[in-house]
Amino acid sequence: MKARLRAIGAFWYDFVIGDDWRGAAVVAAALAVTAILAHGAGVNAWWLTPVAVLAALAWSLRRAVRAQRRNGG
Amino acid sequence: MNAVPLFLTVFVACAVEAVEALTIVLAAGLTRGWRPALQGLGAALAVLAVITAVLGPALSLLPLSALRLVVGALLAAFGLQWLRKAILRYSGYKDLHDETGIYARETAAAQAAAAGGRGWVTDWYGFTLSFKGVLLEGLEVVFIAITFGSSQRDVGTAALAAVAAAVVVAVAGLAVRAPLARVPENTLKFAVGVMLTSFGIFWGTEGAGASWPGNDAALLVVVPAVAAAAGLAAIVLRRLRRASTAPASPAQTAPAGEAAR
Repeated sequence: MKARLRAIGAFWYDFVIGDDWRGAAVVAAALAVTAILAHGAGVNAWWLTPVAVLAALAWSLRRAVRAQRRNGG
Repeated sequence: MNAVPLFLTVFVACAVEAVEALTIVLAAGLTRGWRPALQGLGAALAVLAVITAVLGPALSLLPLSALRLVVGALLAAFGLQWLRKAILRYSGYKDLHDETGIYARETAAAQAAAAGGRGWVTDWYGFTLSFKGVLLEGLEVVFIAITFGSSQRDVGTAALAAVAAAVVVAVAGLAVRAPLARVPENTLKFAVGVMLTSFGIFWGTEGAGASWPGNDAALLVVVPAVAAAAGLAAIVLRRLRRASTAPASPAQTAPAGEAAR
């Protein structure tokens, strides 16, 4: 039962998060900060998530390329 | 957003996944027989229909802002994965998805596997191969169709686009009876990645409580901006890759003294 639950969890993790969890973490953090700014401080930070997501993409690509180079690719 | 961009986005995303599922069903059908392959296909479609029937209405019950926050976060994370893979494949840092190669591997494995069935399934290997392939690729189709459809409160158009994509790919597959290797899969994945990420950003930001300048018209800026940034990243990485793998010129490879001469 435990092994089956673990397999299901692993499948969904791979399905939504994929090879690099940092991208998903940045998306979640950016949306959380946007919500806090909107509801807590009355700041309309519509620009925050697009900037954070594109930065996350650049970061993730950079890490992938570096990892490939380290492995001699 | 009106129904046309919704239909086109879901159609292209689903067509890409359907091409991958078709490769596996063809490998199962041509090596293990069509009956178990079609049984596996039918069983997987039934499971996917149940998932859609349960999740679709359940998501529609959520308040729109909460739905868009959750769906936006999921789509942005999911879209980043697609974009990352498409850019790495385009630039040569990751191997291209090769339908012909996958078909050859699946066919060889299917031919080597032992035969045997139980009950109404005449061959478990062919059934399981087809079932797993369609279910796994289909889950992505269901995910995209439900999230896009429910966020627009138009699950019908999204479902229609998904079914249309599956039918078009199935008809094309039946016509050529071979994997659709000529489909520019990576380009389509890049385009879908751009759309998933853009809509994820748009809906997530709205769901978080911020409002876009120009409301829905902001999408006309967000989609091209994401496409431009991702396209630029792809071009830069491709050049870097080519520079790092290009053979060194004679002047670079010759010993310092020779080069100076």
